Amino acid sequence: MSREVRGARSADGEGIPAEAATPVVLAEDLVKMHRTEAGAPVKAVRGVDLRIERGEFVAITGPSGAGKSTLLHLLGGLHRPDRGRIWLEGERVDTYSEARWAVLRRRRIGIVFQFFNLISHLTVADNVELPALLAGSSPRQARAKRAELLDDLGLEGRENSTPGELSGGEQQRVALARALVNRSSLLLADEPAGSLDSKGTREVLRLLSRYHARGQTIVLVTHDARVASAADRVISLFDGRIVDDAALGGGSPADRPTGGVSGTLKLKG
Amino acid sequence: MRLTLLALLARGPAHGYELKQALEKLLGAAYPQPNIGQVYVTLGRLEKAGLIEGEDIAQSSRPNKRTYQLTDAGREAVAAWLDEPTEEPRVRDEFFMKLAAAPGTGMADQVTLINKQRRHYLNAMRDLSRLAAAEDRDNRVAQLLIEGAMLHLQADLDWLERCQEELEQLEEQE
Repeated sequence: MSREVRGARSADGEGIPAEAATPVVLAEDLVKMHRTEAGAPVKAVRGVDLRIERGEFVAITGPSGAGKSTLLHLLGGLHRPDRGRIWLEGERVDTYSEARWAVLRRRRIGIVFQFFNLISHLTVADNVELPALLAGSSPRQARAKRAELLDDLGLEGRENSTPGELSGGEQQRVALARALVNRSSLLLADEPAGSLDSKGTREVLRLLSRYHARGQTIVLVTHDARVASAADRVISLFDGRIVDDAALGGGSPADRPTGGVSGTLKLKG
Repeated sequence: MRLTLLALLARGPAHGYELKQALEKLLGAAYPQPNIGQVYVTLGRLEKAGLIEGEDIAQSSRPNKRTYQLTDAGREAVAAWLDEPTEEPRVRDEFFMKLAAAPGTGMADQVTLINKQRRHYLNAMRDLSRLAAAEDRDNRVAQLLIEGAMLHLQADLDWLERCQEELEQLEEQE
């Protein structure tokens, strides 16, 4: 199966060949079992290999029960695989303890969930600043980053609201700010538009596309083809296995976002 | 109907009435069926186009019947038909015909057809998203038109998933 493989940016912003680049995510032969209520083991993920290059925007799609959320949770360390290996930016992480995964999620992996999972009694500002503080930013730095992100996401003036006072689309934008505040190298999104109306969905997709255009690596899980089609690459999961892996857009370079990913290379893989 | 008849002939030679019955059996009652006259007219045109060739077979008590078989050009036409993505979304019946006819032809794998079609729909969805983003947001009619097309596509994609589910179940039973 040939598809486009994008090279990563080197320090000066020039593209370097994909073979020389370390993928953001590399996974080999991932297997995850779940137990049914009767206690019978069921394979939710059945031997998945995955390679995600820096700057890629990948959608994982498939029917409910195909294992797509489980796969995303494996990549974020929220579930542990029963078999297989995972590297994050070249670093073997599947052997990590819970505590080390927590550090990874604080510093290098941002996660956005369907139901936002904001801390309901904290203000919008505190929800975004907290992970920056936990990752070692000074209060001043955390405030500056928060202000920049909320501005960027069209949430200026909402700093002192609590999540319950916001619309679903606004809450998801706060969750996005929280996931991006530490400049995560990987953004994972689990049905990010799953509880939004069509306006909120468009808004979140527009923002994801914008961060992708600036070079953010994004992996999102969705059963919604409108959401999946915002990505450059769509992986179809079926019954715990990858059945198709397709580059979208037909490789017309003029249509590609430039800006942050000016070093984009297209190689036949 | 032209290409469906050709695909049916990829199974082997048949005469007009057999083809009509095969079509009914393949696509079921819900699908609007051609009458026998339309089938004969279509076969005549296909023969003239060199995609099939007919042979008269004498019958003792009844008029001769004409049996048709695919020519090389006809096989190529079926292969090209199976190979190209199908227009979306209102004419998806043609994809259904491909899916139904493919196993009998021995020329295409159903899961491959589904994957190819899914890619085509996803690219179409992407084009629509871009159209929607480029379109004036206040032009509600244009936005609704695009949204309608996207919902059709979403339905088609859900349906492809169902097809794939059924095929996987069949495979596991075998």
